[in-house]
Amino acid sequence: MNPSYPPLSGNAAPTALPETVMLSVEGLTKHFPIWSRGFVRRQVGTIRAVDDVSFQLLRGETLGLVGESGSGKTTAARAILRALSPSSGRVLFRTTTGVVDLAQLPERSLKGLRQEMQMIFQDPYSSLNPRMTVAQIVGEPLVIHRLARGAELEDRVVEILRKVGLKAEHRERYPHAFSGGQRQRIGIARALILRPAFIVADEAVSALDVSVQAQVLNLLKDLQEEFRLTYLFVAHNLDVVKHFCDRVAVMYAGRLVEIAPTRELFQRPLHPYTQALLAAVPWPDPDRKMNVAVAGEIPDPSRLPTGCAFHPRCPDCFERCRSERPLLLPATSPTPRSVACLKE
Amino acid sequence: MHPSVLEVRNLRTHFVNDEGQALRAVDGISFSIPRGRTLALVGESGCGKSVTSYSILRLVQKPGRIVEGQVLLRPRQGGEIDLAALRDDDERLYDVRGGKVSMIFQEPMTALSPVHTIGDQIMEAILLHQPVGREAARRTGIDMLRKVGMSSPERRFDQFPHELSGGMRQRVVIAMALVCRPELLIADEPTTALDVTIQAQILALIKSLQVEIGCSVLLITHDLGVVAQVADEVAVMYLGRIVEQGSVRAILRQPRHPYTQGLLRSLPSLNEGRRRLSSIPGTVPSLTSIPPGCPFHPRCAFAQPGRCDVGAAPVARSLEPERWVACVRAEEIAVGQEGKEVG
Repeated sequence: MNPSYPPLSGNAAPTALPETVMLSVEGLTKHFPIWSRGFVRRQVGTIRAVDDVSFQLLRGETLGLVGESGSGKTTAARAILRALSPSSGRVLFRTTTGVVDLAQLPERSLKGLRQEMQMIFQDPYSSLNPRMTVAQIVGEPLVIHRLARGAELEDRVVEILRKVGLKAEHRERYPHAFSGGQRQRIGIARALILRPAFIVADEAVSALDVSVQAQVLNLLKDLQEEFRLTYLFVAHNLDVVKHFCDRVAVMYAGRLVEIAPTRELFQRPLHPYTQALLAAVPWPDPDRKMNVAVAGEIPDPSRLPTGCAFHPRCPDCFERCRSERPLLLPATSPTPRSVACLKE
Repeated sequence: MHPSVLEVRNLRTHFVNDEGQALRAVDGISFSIPRGRTLALVGESGCGKSVTSYSILRLVQKPGRIVEGQVLLRPRQGGEIDLAALRDDDERLYDVRGGKVSMIFQEPMTALSPVHTIGDQIMEAILLHQPVGREAARRTGIDMLRKVGMSSPERRFDQFPHELSGGMRQRVVIAMALVCRPELLIADEPTTALDVTIQAQILALIKSLQVEIGCSVLLITHDLGVVAQVADEVAVMYLGRIVEQGSVRAILRQPRHPYTQGLLRSLPSLNEGRRRLSSIPGTVPSLTSIPPGCPFHPRCAFAQPGRCDVGAAPVARSLEPERWVACVRAEEIAVGQEGKEVG
């Protein structure tokens, strides 16, 4: 049943990953060229959507990837899963048969690997084909990978529908007959039917009302325990991230500015951008007022500022920040955390 | 001067679907907005909060219709207009919209014309409502752009909306809405499409202009965090009705209606340290099948057969001054606190 991965040989051979690591992203970069108009097209610029991003994801862990629109978090997630081809960098991924570099893998080898990594999307309205029944949508991965058919296919669809809190009789209905929360459950069932170990959830609860959002978050937690899932949880809602994630990575203008265990990040954010972001959260508490800690907006990714990309908005900016790009380095802390800031 | 700028009394806005059924999107709500204050109308998708705001400005499109109720606007200079009673083509409606009452929407591009410059759009609002010439209108418009925090407003004045970011567009919309110094601003999810740092900027901007102009704000939102940050009072809606109303502090600290309690308990930040979130079981029923009795009873942990699931929906009662709740068991719940312990 397991697909055959290409042999791990040659100079692209990934190094071994520690047993505890599920995914190791190293220097991941995704640039998009900007072309001129006209008959002869020339490249006139580059959008640095993701720029030299590195982090590790432990087995069974939930890592939140947060940032505002245009920060590159979705592009990074898609490049990790090879929904986009990275421009450079390595994405070492632990499969059932060994470690592979997803960034280097040829297209044809990826298909088999899709069983082990799946994605849950934000919009439960556009991510489900309206012309397919729930059984077809949820069972399709099994059909594509030729893992089940006939009665077995049916059984596995019913089983996974139950796991996500839907009923067997729902399987002959079409997506329009379901509420947003139920559609998101269908999307989760489709992602899980192949029994992947790694899930990228891209704004998976952002479109849901708060009471339904709580149900889906609980479901994702239960499924994580049952199937020992590792989540990369891409989100902009910091309230949700604080509750759901073990660690949080903060992106700004295509770069990782800080990564830390959730509790430490929320208690003591180190990067000025993280500080501004947390101060701006409208907590549902009339005695805890939000602050406009930062003026201006995220820069145009085709014209990033020199040095630290945050320096034009940074309240703590000094001379070096304008010219020198800060690296993501371990910070002095009892728990492992890193920050990319020149300020001591 | 009457203490409230707007009073809505028993408003019902219904829609008729293809089968001829009346959908009760807004079903008998009453509230008033004190001068200079902010009232938040909060609820989940489909609760009727946006239809309420459209009803106030008489912007409800067919097959929707206000079937009952009053929308009393009380301008500073005196008098009282029932907006619900005016004909669609009444001159006074045009005077009210964008003049005494203006509105900002979630998605700024729906409020901005893509083919007119920002300046033209702001000037249009001024020229419609104030007896001034183009030159004066231009100066007022540029002034307003500066007030909403736009850098080099003279240059921005001649730009088109597509040249601006989402946050900047929302600033333009706010400038347009406030340039005629309205007495009431209706803000329908004004920051929902924005990132959190920009949201904080825009909410702070609305607040400071509100103080400067002295207007009241009706804030429509699904976000209890935004409510806590900017509103003075809050009305919680469920299936076209207001289930609970009072000061923000009272409602967020001591919710009395089981729905409000459930909403607050679903918030991750109020579940600190717990692995699982509390959630409200089930989903919001469709408007074609509103449950009898209390519309919330099928999802309510406190519901009692024979009491909550029969008859008409409970009416809002005042439990203490300035505080209303539409639940027949409110007193018992307040005593018992936890759902399992009562009933």
